[in-house]
Amino acid sequence: MIDQVHSQRLSWRRLRALTVKETRQLLRDRSNLMVGLFLPFVLILVFGYGLSFDIKNAPVAIVSQDTSPTAQDVIAGFYLSPYFTVTPLHSMAEAQRLMRSGKVEAIVYLQTDFSRRLAAGDASIQVLVNGVDANRARVLEGFAQGAISQWNVKRAAAGQNSALPAPAVQLETRLWFNEANTSTHFLVPGLIVLIMTLNGALLTSLVMAREWERGTLESLFVTPINTGELIASKLIPYFGVGLAGLAMCLLAGKFLFFVPIRGSLLLIVLISMLYLLVSLSLGLLISAATKNQFLASQIALIVSFLPALMLSGFIFDLRSVPVIVRAISTVLPPTYYVEALQTLFLAGNVPGLLIKDTAVLLTAAVLLFVLIRINTRKQLV
Amino acid sequence: MNATLHRIRILIRKELLAILKDPRSRLVLVLPVILQSLLFGYAATFDLNEVPYALLDTDRSNASQQFVNVLDGSGVFDRVMNLSSPNQIGETIGKKRALLVIHLPADFERDILSGRGGVVQVIADGRNSNTGNVAASYVSAAVDRFNTQWNQLRGGSNPPLTIETRAWYNPNLETRWAMIPSLIGALSMLQVLMLSALSVAREREQGTFDQLLVTPLRPTEIMIGKAVPPILIGLTQSSIIFLLARFWFGIPFQGSLLTLYSGLLLFTTAAVGIGLALSAFSKTMQQAMLYTFVLLMPMMLLSGLTSAVSNMPRAMQYLTYANPLRYAIDLVRRVYLEGAGFGYLYHDMWPLVIIALVTLPVAVWLFRHRLV
Repeated sequence: MIDQVHSQRLSWRRLRALTVKETRQLLRDRSNLMVGLFLPFVLILVFGYGLSFDIKNAPVAIVSQDTSPTAQDVIAGFYLSPYFTVTPLHSMAEAQRLMRSGKVEAIVYLQTDFSRRLAAGDASIQVLVNGVDANRARVLEGFAQGAISQWNVKRAAAGQNSALPAPAVQLETRLWFNEANTSTHFLVPGLIVLIMTLNGALLTSLVMAREWERGTLESLFVTPINTGELIASKLIPYFGVGLAGLAMCLLAGKFLFFVPIRGSLLLIVLISMLYLLVSLSLGLLISAATKNQFLASQIALIVSFLPALMLSGFIFDLRSVPVIVRAISTVLPPTYYVEALQTLFLAGNVPGLLIKDTAVLLTAAVLLFVLIRINTRKQLV
Repeated sequence: MNATLHRIRILIRKELLAILKDPRSRLVLVLPVILQSLLFGYAATFDLNEVPYALLDTDRSNASQQFVNVLDGSGVFDRVMNLSSPNQIGETIGKKRALLVIHLPADFERDILSGRGGVVQVIADGRNSNTGNVAASYVSAAVDRFNTQWNQLRGGSNPPLTIETRAWYNPNLETRWAMIPSLIGALSMLQVLMLSALSVAREREQGTFDQLLVTPLRPTEIMIGKAVPPILIGLTQSSIIFLLARFWFGIPFQGSLLTLYSGLLLFTTAAVGIGLALSAFSKTMQQAMLYTFVLLMPMMLLSGLTSAVSNMPRAMQYLTYANPLRYAIDLVRRVYLEGAGFGYLYHDMWPLVIIALVTLPVAVWLFRHRLV
């Protein structure tokens, strides 16, 4: 009874002892460090160098039996484009065979009487794309369209077809916050979100469950340790690992991939700490609720990691998803963390947006803390 | 021979019991697969159904009005605000009120009429440059439409050269058509790897693996007994996703089931081989799980699931040669959407056979010569 009364108050000595024990346990097991430090390193390389939505050198077959200079001129547009690597062919059958076996991604087809029909003013070029990767196919279509339009404009300018006026309106596009138009610039902030989620939820989802499975949690119950100390001691070491991951990402983003940081670095670190807390608590909650390592890891993946990847607006834009999916994404913390990070990295300090994001993350952290306390206390009885 | 089969059968039964006896585990093998398929099916799209834009029309002329009509009539653009000054652009984009600001400058109509050509300025939010680019390409299409309209109204001729595009295998270019069939391979891989790694690691942690080694079961028999249950579960999961793709999302299946399942069987076997070999590096279940995960993440990302393998730098592309998921995704997409037969698929199949032929014997050897 006396012990219980004592244990209501936080004891720094107990907390320190427990934290030291957890930290040792974490450091001694290579698998933790693999996920905590090695995986972020690999992911940085994969995201920075491996993933790209920018298309270059797509293999394209051009089928043309027309050897006239005009036809060659049109085809030259494709050769010069950095987006295509051209394979010249003479028969459509061969081109189709290459497309079927995946050797080319598109076929550009010029009819045999191409130059004659061009002189008559009604020539057309057929472009067949492999639509399996729809996003890529659409971009390729756009590039092909661009090559042809350019040729049309050039020809009109050269005055070879005076009937054709220059286009009435031209487009001038500027991509704000990402002038270089490289996907790396938005992938790296997204990567930080993934790593914070992984470090937080996946690693901590195992810690409580492991103690339950091995029966060591019960032996902790008979010591004077209270719930608050137990939770804190489990969070602190993993918080440290998370921060190390964050530091790696920030350094790599700045010095390897030259992602601009237009907002305040301090704000990035602070909001990342807040999100790390949310994600650690989520992992701990799952761990305390399932008491089984396999289940805990699976649930952690489904509840934390997948939403962070799929529903946060990091790769896939949320504007085009159905209302229900969008509703789910608006209650999930990663959505706000992604928004805050992309803004802080690429746009700068936008107070309105950042205050909202911080408020949501703070609410989530408090809510999760309360839930963990309830879940852990119940089992103490 | 008969005795061998008998022993393997018993081990398979025991393994299946170990995995399936807990109702929560049974649920965790089926429910996530369905949830994820639906989630990816609806959320994973690069297509934009509506582009919220803010209009800054400084010209306020007939021509600018006509251009706006083309935009609003396209059904894709959703005008969320009208701006009155360029100073508002920063806040509109910065606070994500709109994805695009379309600016028609003051001399828009005059420039068109004088033959110099008007200019439409588009400012797109590049925080997700992919989305920004897609939206900008929609504006570009609208500009083309406007130009054609304008020329036709004034009796001009069309450009001499036009382009006709057609997309094979996915006529409407829907991301979902590529995504869901890929999941038939990708989603089952997660649990196939984990289950096979865990089945040995659990016995190691509980000390029963040594007991298994002193039973009449030979290491190869243990391997088969440990490999078959995850393969069965993996194929079941793949079938669930296949049914969802076919009947829930209604994506037409072009290939043959025999080809599909032969490919999937090779893939799952290769994945199980990797899982079993991995378990030799793990003393505990936790290690098995975390190692699996460390391996799985790059495999998923470098498989062509979200971004094409051919976009990657050479060195990364070489790495993907050892990734069974890369072949599985290519294979399933091509069987499912293109209806490819064995003749077109051997270059996806033989690497899977090699991965399985290397990892499974290594796993058998590691049962006795463990590294940790």
